Amino acid sequence: MKFAILVNEGPYQHQASDSAYQFTKAALEKGHEIFRVFFYHDGVNNASRLTVPPQDDRNIVNRWSELAKEHHLDMVVCIAAAQRRGLLDEKEAKRHGKDANNIAEGFRISGLGQLIEAGIQSERLVVFGD
Amino acid sequence: MEEQGVIKKFLYVNRKAPYGSIYALESLEVVLIGAAFEQDISLAFIDDGVYQLKKNQQTSVSSGIGVKDFSKTYRALEGYDVEKLYVDNKSMEERGLTVDDLIVDVQLLDDAQMAQLMEQQDVVLSF
Repeated sequence: MKFAILVNEGPYQHQASDSAYQFTKAALEKGHEIFRVFFYHDGVNNASRLTVPPQDDRNIVNRWSELAKEHHLDMVVCIAAAQRRGLLDEKEAKRHGKDANNIAEGFRISGLGQLIEAGIQSERLVVFGD
Repeated sequence: MEEQGVIKKFLYVNRKAPYGSIYALESLEVVLIGAAFEQDISLAFIDDGVYQLKKNQQTSVSSGIGVKDFSKTYRALEGYDVEKLYVDNKSMEERGLTVDDLIVDVQLLDDAQMAQLMEQQDVVLSF
């Protein structure tokens, strides 16, 4: 089965982000294909490499990065949602005259068209949200 | 940007009030972008989501909460060929609303019809 995943909630605040990760990991382990993971609403915060969770807790951001590296996952952060919430890659930071960027490895910033495309290209789009 | 040849049925399910959180506004942003892909689009408004279509929203700094009123955008959807708007009748009744309170023309559905609408879709995006 070819899945697309939509993550609508931020890390630590909401279970949706954990559930999306567990689902994605389990699907990959079962041999399914993940066409794309798309991060929207506060879900974009899953891509901030500046998160510093306590050491005895899971590291949600790193966990996504590692999964992406291992399985060549396409992880896309919505640009409009990201900009509102202060999530920038190097190019966007420069374009908006900001002095820092904070996108973690394995994530890329792009438009909402990538979500629609994921809906068209996959057999199932699974939404994780509130 | 269009995916040539593939037309899927997309349903956007809106369940939240327009201003207490950003879901309604960002859902609308997906609808507008998605319209360019020439898919078969429907919108459903359920629970507090029915308030998104309420007439006479007053959100300016002087008369309200100081947030941009985006309700007029629903009226512009027709221009994007987004014409299938469905509203859950029970949610309307529970909130004392009738179709006269809404800024756009909609089709009222009961529970069974709403379930049937969802069943027919290829992609359901819930916000």
